[in-house]
Amino acid sequence: MDRPFGLLAELTYRCPLACPYCSNPIDLAGYRDELTTAEWLRVLEEARELGVLQCHLSGGEPLLRRDLVELVRRATELGLYTNLVTSAVGLSRRRAEELRAAGLDHVQISIQAEDPAVSDRIAGTPSYARKIEAARVVKELDWPLTVNVVLHRQNIDGLADIVGLAEELRADRVELANTQYYGWAWRNRAALLPTRDQLERAEKVVREASRRLAGRMDVVYVLPDYYEQYPKPCMGGWGARQLTVAPNGDALPCPAAQTLPLPRASVREESLVRIWTDSPLFRRFRGTDWMPDPCRSCDRREVDFGGCRCQAFQLTGDAARTDPVCHLSPDHGIVVEAVRAANEEERPDTLVPRPHRAGSS
Amino acid sequence: MSSPDSAVLAATVPASGRPRLAPHVRLTFDRARDRHVLLRPECVVVLNRTGADILGLCDGRRTVAGIVEDLRKRYDRVAEADVQRFLSGLVDRRCVRIDPEPAPDRDTEAVDG
Repeated sequence: MDRPFGLLAELTYRCPLACPYCSNPIDLAGYRDELTTAEWLRVLEEARELGVLQCHLSGGEPLLRRDLVELVRRATELGLYTNLVTSAVGLSRRRAEELRAAGLDHVQISIQAEDPAVSDRIAGTPSYARKIEAARVVKELDWPLTVNVVLHRQNIDGLADIVGLAEELRADRVELANTQYYGWAWRNRAALLPTRDQLERAEKVVREASRRLAGRMDVVYVLPDYYEQYPKPCMGGWGARQLTVAPNGDALPCPAAQTLPLPRASVREESLVRIWTDSPLFRRFRGTDWMPDPCRSCDRREVDFGGCRCQAFQLTGDAARTDPVCHLSPDHGIVVEAVRAANEEERPDTLVPRPHRAGSS
Repeated sequence: MSSPDSAVLAATVPASGRPRLAPHVRLTFDRARDRHVLLRPECVVVLNRTGADILGLCDGRRTVAGIVEDLRKRYDRVAEADVQRFLSGLVDRRCVRIDPEPAPDRDTEAVDG
């Protein structure tokens, strides 16, 4: 069995933002009883024992955890490469310096759009100015910085300006990832899925930017998988390279896997090592034996692993089917129809914001 | 392996170039896998012993030719082209940078940084 390389530590689902494309679970009630500091420290130790080398501290907003510095310090002592995935709201200079001293390796800051007003509107709260300020602090402290922008129908036309902003902030990487339709984003899909014309323009911008910025800034672009021919190799395979621990201690092979009708696995009940190795949840779709046709006999079965189980479940009601994004899937018509609607029909302008703050205390 | 492409790639790492780890890339030993690994924000490169030995010599002062010379003290057969190919793969993955000759004055830089 493979050992995992990465742990996505979702420290809390509390968040000051209300992004309409949030991929966290729809119902957050079950996640308020968060792991304690001692429990997270144990998770980090067990993750390292299991072979994890990279720890992505995420959420929600991980800065809302008062023990963040302590967790980073321990992760660093264990030899983990630590990455903070943050909205940057709450990343004051003092907090940044504490995290730097604790050994935090890398910071990823989300920005919602290049235009301050649009960014604040999508985030659901005035936050743009603080993000820019925090990004400057990150570079002043000589940290590597990734600027992450989730792309969708309402901001993708500003892509060239987004790249320009990342450049001005001296980002080392800019991650331009189209929305994935899980959690809250699923509810807003009609208002988020871009048109083919928008994507063609975006790709042109990305090609030019990659060429111009080669050697200075990595430009990473992720197409919406609905427009792909083959599905994404979700998590590098189920229970193969990555794992997620949710705020309540649920261990998951994919961050969206809490939606699947599978037995739970919790770090409150078992060690991470045991969960990874033996739990029915992690074994369910490991390898290729579970695969139906057309995956079973496909040359790409070890390339994309049948795509995303959570997307298969969301679109077909059966997590064991081929991801309908694949043009070979018998359910591909579902995706074709969503793409057709995005290109040919009137789409709603209104995004339903995620009511995070109401449920945050 | 000896396709024109790999020749072009290898050419990006001249024997006179001085390789070093890219900023913010960490070379470390992973006890769980019993292997050396390179860590970057979005990627892990698991190294074999030769790879780890090569990278251990990439200090921004030694040239590729110098590294090959050092490796020949440890290994029977070391082909310069293999070392160049290995390094150019890591240049593509942004794990290694190649400083051209002449070597920058690293002592001064070390005082600053």
